[in-house]
Amino acid sequence: MTVLLNAVRPTRRRTAWLSVNLALVIFVVLYGVIAILQPNYLDAALFMNFLRRAAPLIILACGQLFVILSGGFDLSMGAVVTLVVLAASMLIGGDPDMTWTVIAILYAMGLAVGLANGLIVSFLKVPSIIATLGTMLLVNGLALAWSGGAPRGDLPDNFRNLGRLVLKDVPLVGSLPIAVVILVVVTLLAWWGLHATAYGKRLLAVGDNPRAAELAGVPVKPTRISAFVVSALSAVTAGILIGGFSGVSVNAGRGLELQAIAACVIGGAQLLGGRGTIVGALFGALSLFALFTLLNLLGLPQALRDSLQGLILIAAVGVTVLRYRRST
Amino acid sequence: MQLRTILAATLAVAFSTTAYAQEFNDPAEFKKQRELLSTKAEGPEGKPWEQHLGGGMVDTAKFKKDGPHTICFSNAGVFNPWRVVGLNNMKGEAELQKARIKELIVLDGEGKDDKQISDIQSLLDGGKCDVLIVSPTTTAALTPAVEAACEKLPVIVFDRGVNTKCPVTYIHPVGGYGFGITSAEFIASKLPKGSNVLALRIVPGVDVLETRYSAAKSIFDEAGINVIGSEFTGSDRAKTKSVVEDYINRGEKIDAVWMDAGDTATAALEAFEDAGLPYPVISGEDQQDFLRKWQKDNLVAIAPSYPTYQWRTPIIAALDILDGKQVPGPEWNLPQPAITQETLASYIDERMPPLHYSLCGCQDLPGYPEQWGGK
Amino acid sequence: MSVNATPVAMTRRGFRDVPVPVVVIALAALIYVTAAIVTGQANQISAAGLTGLLQRTVALGLVGLGQTFAILVGSIDLSVAALISTVAVLASYLMQGDPSMIVPAIAACVALSLGVGAINGVLVAYWGINPLIATLSTGLILQGLLSASFTFLSGSVAPSFQALAYQNLLGVPLPVLLLAVFALAAWFVLAKTRFGAHLYAAGGNPDGAKLAGLRVQRLVLGAHVIASFAACVAGLYLAARLQSGTPWIGRDGIYDLESIAIVVIGGTLLSGGKGGVLGTIAGVLLFASLDASFNMFGVDAFLKQVLRGAIVIAAVSVYAVRNRGHVA
Repeated sequence: MTVLLNAVRPTRRRTAWLSVNLALVIFVVLYGVIAILQPNYLDAALFMNFLRRAAPLIILACGQLFVILSGGFDLSMGAVVTLVVLAASMLIGGDPDMTWTVIAILYAMGLAVGLANGLIVSFLKVPSIIATLGTMLLVNGLALAWSGGAPRGDLPDNFRNLGRLVLKDVPLVGSLPIAVVILVVVTLLAWWGLHATAYGKRLLAVGDNPRAAELAGVPVKPTRISAFVVSALSAVTAGILIGGFSGVSVNAGRGLELQAIAACVIGGAQLLGGRGTIVGALFGALSLFALFTLLNLLGLPQALRDSLQGLILIAAVGVTVLRYRRST
Repeated sequence: MQLRTILAATLAVAFSTTAYAQEFNDPAEFKKQRELLSTKAEGPEGKPWEQHLGGGMVDTAKFKKDGPHTICFSNAGVFNPWRVVGLNNMKGEAELQKARIKELIVLDGEGKDDKQISDIQSLLDGGKCDVLIVSPTTTAALTPAVEAACEKLPVIVFDRGVNTKCPVTYIHPVGGYGFGITSAEFIASKLPKGSNVLALRIVPGVDVLETRYSAAKSIFDEAGINVIGSEFTGSDRAKTKSVVEDYINRGEKIDAVWMDAGDTATAALEAFEDAGLPYPVISGEDQQDFLRKWQKDNLVAIAPSYPTYQWRTPIIAALDILDGKQVPGPEWNLPQPAITQETLASYIDERMPPLHYSLCGCQDLPGYPEQWGGK
Repeated sequence: MSVNATPVAMTRRGFRDVPVPVVVIALAALIYVTAAIVTGQANQISAAGLTGLLQRTVALGLVGLGQTFAILVGSIDLSVAALISTVAVLASYLMQGDPSMIVPAIAACVALSLGVGAINGVLVAYWGINPLIATLSTGLILQGLLSASFTFLSGSVAPSFQALAYQNLLGVPLPVLLLAVFALAAWFVLAKTRFGAHLYAAGGNPDGAKLAGLRVQRLVLGAHVIASFAACVAGLYLAARLQSGTPWIGRDGIYDLESIAIVVIGGTLLSGGKGGVLGTIAGVLLFASLDASFNMFGVDAFLKQVLRGAIVIAAVSVYAVRNRGHVA
């Protein structure tokens, strides 16, 4: 195993650094354009608000990265977000005393979905893109069937605050949304898990070459299952923030799985495993979100925003590919 | 010449940004719906789903049949809370009339035209149906299937129409222009010339929504009110709130928010709350969450409706047709009321879920409120 | 696992030898017939009922045939949904009900789709952009341009063109024959031509294929052009069946994810190199008989989604579990 890792390490470290650079550059450029159009986006308060809104996507991207690094996809994230938002509202039913209990239940649900994904992929050998497509349909259908197709119940203020409340007059930063605090904690946890532990190295090894990793003594199946669990738990966290930010909705979470994958790829992650960093995913998600904001500010027709998004996605990934080719 | 047409069309696909929107700006239809809004309804008092606004009656003696009947319904889908409430209304009405109904068969088209056509075909092949109710996914696509069905049994179409006169009757409220007229006239009446309004819409290209915006836009233009933006939110609360925040951050004053559907109205209002700004004048829809917020925070607001009680009418019409009774047709215009400050209190029901549509006309149906998600 | 799996494999050889498509078709037939008998609708097993069932397979089946080529060569095509919408709209816009425009309209649609396929192919094969991201982006671009140009239904197809979708030949609907012809052609290309053999080789082991002198990039390009062409045929069929195309018809039909699902259910490996047309046809038959059976049982719309998710996973796991190595 050490031999394997040593052999791979130099190129990986180099390319990871390059890709982080690129996502960071894209983000700075996009945010710069935003600031030129709307100078008040440079205010600390507005930047914090930008982060508050971007937090769910960043957290989703961090979770998705674990699965991508292990060589798979998680398409069920958006459905988990929908489930979390609907379940929270139905279980809490507007009673603030229930909030923390229900949050624990939500994480238990996420754990169940993640385990199911992981077990299906590892033991039934169903390719993750199909397995998680199946759980996406399943989870989404369950959430809608449970709620009868329309949101029920209500979210109390102490739940909403997690995604909505902004603390004022905080030393150093001025205003500080609770969501940003959660974002920082989650990102640090993800960074530590992926880049500072033996577990992270195992995950990369599994994604790089599962057969080789197995021969080197890496427990491939548990590692892979854990990646799906991390992804599902991050989706629960994102769901709590989204529900808090804007309230109950059956449409919460729709399409977020593809955005999370796109964020990882912009951040330099290689699909089907083996390469990618949390910092890359972070700036990939920030770039994507800055792009959405910019397109809003430009006031382009909705349709052209889709096209532009497609073009930029190709360009970002295309440039990464070119740089990667050159560097190896 | 043909080559040029092709070239032009391909270029149109590639570059054109000037949408073919004039289709949704039909002055004659606008005028007709404006008149219908103030037409006095005929029919039983207090039961708007049995009323009709003008129009003729059609004779249905040839469809007379002994009961109990099997009613078949090909539904476009239940992809939003409006349709969920509507389907509950229809099932409630069928439950109310269960002595005369053997079975209500509902096939769900999942929003796919192709599937709905196959669904109608399989209902006809199954041979159980005495009458067919269709709520089309899109108007043109379902026309051939409905035409084929008309040859075999009486057909009732509601919500969206079809491009054929063969159904016995086509049931619908006043319509999208009416919705836009009611909401935009209210906003215009509350604001001085030169005020700013932000238009929030669900998705582009859907006929029943485009007409709402087209009517509102022409009223705003006439009243000298600036539409500072028209944004699509996909019915997503998070997106709605973000879009409104972006507009607030631009620093432009937003005096009013106009919505083509109200399910994210409270999310739009939260953006103003979070920014510490006073609430704008707003037009929402008849959902409970909006009505409650309106009452609690004393908003200046109106709730136009595209009433879900229209889902009760097709069952009533089906049974009348199979009895050989005359029904309003070939177009059955239902009243389309709006909730105003005066009537607000009577539409709030704390037992109901946030996105329950208050103009469901379902309060007297069996199973209310539990079947509709209430407590 | 691969080491000690051998004895198990021995005892299960009988099951192993049954080709996947046969398993799937048997499953589809079992579901459909059970539903018809249990719900007392034996007349659904009549000729009319079965033609109705086959009619449900046409659109998705056509897209799936093309998707089979893309997946066999180790790629994937997510742009088919947007392309279907574009073709359907373009066809009805060009025809405007005029029969003399049928041929030019079809020609324009085919040209457009070949162009889109070529772009996909170049992005994936020559630029090396991950196919998921590349085709997701071209789909977004296409969808954006489409909705920017047509916000409503412009025109309709010629009546004689529409009739094609509703006519019968010897009691079989023309569209079903169309699907059969295309399926035969696709089977012939894959099984009997050198191009087909090379596709399998390039998908199964691209590096080996390169060493053997195959032009892998060209093969990938070719597969993408075929995938787009198949989507074009599906779009034309839908335009005929629906009288006019709507800009959201492909997206609402979820033809992108569903076409991938049927290909994989039919036993084609997502990593490429193994599988074929018969499996795809089996997959689409399974989906259609599910649709029809849910109708017969009157399954609630949301529960339907749950069941569909579970069945997708179950169907793939039935044979995937026989795989020895790890999947991702």
